[in-house]
Amino acid sequence: MKNSVFLGALTAAGLTAGVAGAATLDDVKERGTLNCGVTTGLVGFAAPDANGEWGGFDVGVCRAVAAAVLGDPTAVEFVPTTGKTRFTALASGEIDMLARNTTWTFSRDVDLKFEFVGVNYYDGQGFMVPKALGVSSATELDGATVCIQTGTTTELNLADYFRNNNMEYTPVPIETNAEAQQQYLAGACDVYTTDASGLAATRAAFESPGDHVVLPEIISKEPLGPLVRHGDNDWGDIVRWTLNALIAAEEYGITSANIDEMSASGNPEVKRILGSEGDLGAMLGLDAEWAKRAIGAGGNYGELFAKNIGESTPIGLSRGLNAQWTEGGLLYAPPFR
Amino acid sequence: MTTLSDPPQSAFKPSMLLNDTRYRGYTFQFIALVCVAALFAYLGSNLAQNLRDAGLVISFDFLGEPANYDINQTLIEYNNQMDHWRAALVGVLNTLLVSFLACITATVIGVFAGVARLSQNWLVRKLMSAYVEAFRNVPVLIWIIIIFTVMTAVMPSPRDFRGEDAAASMVLFDSVAFTNRGVYIPKPIFAPGGWSVIYVFLAGVVGAFWYRRYATKLLYATGKLLPMGWPALAIAFVPAILVFFILGRPITLEYPELGGFNFQGGINILGSLIALWFALAIYTGAFIAENVRAGILSVSKGQTEAAASLGLRPNRIMNLVILPQALRVIIPPLISHYLNITKNSSLAIAVGYMDLTGTLGGITLNQTGRAIECILLLMAFYLTISLSISAVMNVYNKSVSLKER
Amino acid sequence: MADTHAHSVRFVRETMLPQQEPPAAERGAVKWMRQNLFSNLRNSIFTLIAIYCVYWLVTSLYPWFANGIWDAPSIRACREILEGDVGGCFAVLTERWNQLLFGFQYPSELYWRPTLAFLLLFIAIAPVLFRKVFPAQMLIFTALYPFIAYYLIWGGSILVPVMALLGFVAGYMVYARLVTQSFAMGFFGGIIAAFVVWWLTGLVGESTFLALEPVASRNMGGFMLNLMLGTVCVSLSIPFGIALALGRQSSMPIIKWICVIFIEFVRGVPLITLLFVASVVLAYFLPPGANFDLFVRVVIMITMFASAYIAEVIRGALAALPKGQYEAADSLGLDYPQAMRLIILPQALKISIPGIVNVAVGLFKDTTLVSIISMFDLVGMIRGPILASTEWNGVYWELLGFAALLFFVVCFGISKYSQWLEKELATDHR
Repeated sequence: MKNSVFLGALTAAGLTAGVAGAATLDDVKERGTLNCGVTTGLVGFAAPDANGEWGGFDVGVCRAVAAAVLGDPTAVEFVPTTGKTRFTALASGEIDMLARNTTWTFSRDVDLKFEFVGVNYYDGQGFMVPKALGVSSATELDGATVCIQTGTTTELNLADYFRNNNMEYTPVPIETNAEAQQQYLAGACDVYTTDASGLAATRAAFESPGDHVVLPEIISKEPLGPLVRHGDNDWGDIVRWTLNALIAAEEYGITSANIDEMSASGNPEVKRILGSEGDLGAMLGLDAEWAKRAIGAGGNYGELFAKNIGESTPIGLSRGLNAQWTEGGLLYAPPFR
Repeated sequence: MTTLSDPPQSAFKPSMLLNDTRYRGYTFQFIALVCVAALFAYLGSNLAQNLRDAGLVISFDFLGEPANYDINQTLIEYNNQMDHWRAALVGVLNTLLVSFLACITATVIGVFAGVARLSQNWLVRKLMSAYVEAFRNVPVLIWIIIIFTVMTAVMPSPRDFRGEDAAASMVLFDSVAFTNRGVYIPKPIFAPGGWSVIYVFLAGVVGAFWYRRYATKLLYATGKLLPMGWPALAIAFVPAILVFFILGRPITLEYPELGGFNFQGGINILGSLIALWFALAIYTGAFIAENVRAGILSVSKGQTEAAASLGLRPNRIMNLVILPQALRVIIPPLISHYLNITKNSSLAIAVGYMDLTGTLGGITLNQTGRAIECILLLMAFYLTISLSISAVMNVYNKSVSLKER
Repeated sequence: MADTHAHSVRFVRETMLPQQEPPAAERGAVKWMRQNLFSNLRNSIFTLIAIYCVYWLVTSLYPWFANGIWDAPSIRACREILEGDVGGCFAVLTERWNQLLFGFQYPSELYWRPTLAFLLLFIAIAPVLFRKVFPAQMLIFTALYPFIAYYLIWGGSILVPVMALLGFVAGYMVYARLVTQSFAMGFFGGIIAAFVVWWLTGLVGESTFLALEPVASRNMGGFMLNLMLGTVCVSLSIPFGIALALGRQSSMPIIKWICVIFIEFVRGVPLITLLFVASVVLAYFLPPGANFDLFVRVVIMITMFASAYIAEVIRGALAALPKGQYEAADSLGLDYPQAMRLIILPQALKISIPGIVNVAVGLFKDTTLVSIISMFDLVGMIRGPILASTEWNGVYWELLGFAALLFFVVCFGISKYSQWLEKELATDHR
């Protein structure tokens, strides 16, 4: 009986902390930290380093939101989620936002009642094989054993792709990327399939990345983006426009280095974003410099990309579809006015 | 002298609900019922409120929609256009398959180790207690992962079988291949008439049992001892072998052969199945060994001595005197270990074996996001299995306890 | 007569012969081996097979240990040092021991806190386990231990555990006052008093009085998490288990059936489904906006699970008590709570201790299942962050062996204790 005290204490603490109500923004402010759902570990996107500090591209989005809302990019609790737990974690309010390379699909948006606030990475599903296998195209994969992460859209795309091409395969379903990587390296499957970015990230963690190739076929559209619960539109707006601010910042050349001089001398749109003109922040329920802090936290979209997954990193992804619309990509932030 | 009589029936007072033992029981039951009902009402209203807030409804309709995913081991026909029910059924069969295999193997290992722990041989005794202690005291999940790692990281990949000086080779006259995707064994192919061989064999087995019963009856009735072992074996096998050759070998074996990425043909026993099967069997076998040992020790030494003084040979003492008495002690815990195997087989999810937890509680749940419905069904399935096994156990316990006097 | 004898027999030995050694085959190691290893043909074959097994195990494991590398930054470095020899890369243990034991997010400068809590656990549990050796006064420390451990592990203001303790003290005082009148009144009065105190102290609000740096429970992991879940859930489930067992034995049909349904339901489903409930479903059953830690949710579900099993153990013990004990209690005029508290439960609990210890060992092993719902316990750490890292990709055996060893040491120790206790308790029945 004696030990139940701390259960009781925790329960009481949990109740008082959580009972504040539906407005996520108020919850976050009162709590002083942002609960952000991420993967259990995918190098480049979200992974803890040897000291347990989370870093990566998705983590950058979380930190930007925390900086915008709380003024402190480190005020984030990262909650690792698997394919199974991520949606309930969000739906039940355990996390305030989910930034876990989650594909924006109709049923997740409409049936599961989530709100995708935008796309932070345009991806597609690809295949990785060992070079020694001598495969150069996904159409040669008939009869292969394929490692897939369960609970993702990749599982369904894979079934569709092989059915359409009249090929057979043996699926090896695996819960986390870490295990998938071990299985693939041990040779328990011929092919590992997931989002192309994930493949690149996984390959980068290999001992000898050069022994593995990513096949040219991209078999699906995977727009990955952060999402929040349906119904709290104010909070959704904050996350959406923080993401847009990061994208727009790159377009207008605002970087973490020049952010102070830009807010003094930029064009009117830049000044509106950075809060030195107009009161966009107040409309969101934040202060004027929210976006300035968000961009200052880890840099603009381009900086986050280059630092975590860009060509100079071991992951080595090129911008491709994720370039600004001015450079032939799909990134297009709506105007700030 | 006054006789003790019932106290006079006084009028019912509300305070008697608390103070009178005749009524207090009702009060407590009423309070308990109200508490439980209140708890359920509270949870239910929370659920309703949460679902309303999230805009969801509980419905099992999604199970009728196409599953859209593939499963790597299907005992019944299945493709990704079939519905989630079918996928769940595939999972149920896979659960039952691995539980069945593990129960059999665990019993064999457990009985062997349990008897060996009582062996006169010091070394064997010590080795077996080392086995029992090592496996009982380490979580079954770790054993599953260890055996799975052996299956994937130590076994050669199919690629290693290729080429002139291949790094790995098939065993048993090139019929069985151990690879890190599982074990490939030959598959029997039934030509027309193939099944009749099987039927004849089954009939032979029944005949062998019938013969043994007849011989036992004759022994008890007349004291005439017919040979039991060899004739029974002959009845079981000879007709089937004769039919097999008369019909021109209608059953052939299809050997696995290297082709494409994997071995083609034959039967592939998945590595995840093997890992789960053996981990559960060896782990539970250690517990069963303890039960078997305890069961044999529970038969008092006087029984052995009495049987010996009647002139029974040692193996007869074991079969006719000790085992029947020991089984009464061994079987109830044995059945609950079978139950544990079935429940622990849900750890399949750790190695990607597609049992019910992997299909209904795994991919279906993940893809549809219907957590409540999926987990309710999952629990209902395991509960059904457990309750039916418990029912069997109760029947057995009753039948045994009747014989006690 | 003596003369004739002396003449007819040529030689009479006057002294005793010195005792001879038994033949070589009948003494010492040889005799022992003949008796225990080679008593007959079958036994000899078994012995040879067993010797071969041991030989094979030793020869395949020895080089792995002997050539083991204890200091290297990554598995590649290990392989370079080994130059193709067989050898373990135990460097992963020296490099990542802190993650294996404490999880990867527990602040490293605070490791002393859980370590201290772990050491204090032995002092707290010693008087319970060895009642004859340690003075009963030490039980006071056992009662205080949960609060100390909470304060050390989770940190935060000392007021939280102190207030929680106050609630218990208040509850106990009210119970002690009222129990003389009626057990039910004392019991419920105590609970109400405790809750009143907690509610009142809850109004004080957050404070930083004597605060240790707080650590959120999601930052805990590694073997520490297994130990925490194990001890918390076992100690919580014992009172619930007793209540359920008494309820199942009760003559009141409704209470009996509530307990039976609960016990059979929980025992009928695998723990992993209950953990799924904790991780994905339980949140739907909690009030909107309320948000329990995953740790608390898991503790609730594992406690439910363990109490059902402990209830069955205690039920067995209650049934094993001679009927005379119940009748004796009745004939003394004791009412039900008194009979249970003073006569039945002390005996029943004593018989059921080995069973409870078995459940506790099983439960402790089952805490590894939380790795499946993405908590980073020892197994979760190994399968997740460590094996997936670039440095240690492929160091399976060293890590899994280490995990198996840790669990073995703890579980074997507990089961040896249980066997000892069984013997200790068995003496007074003879």
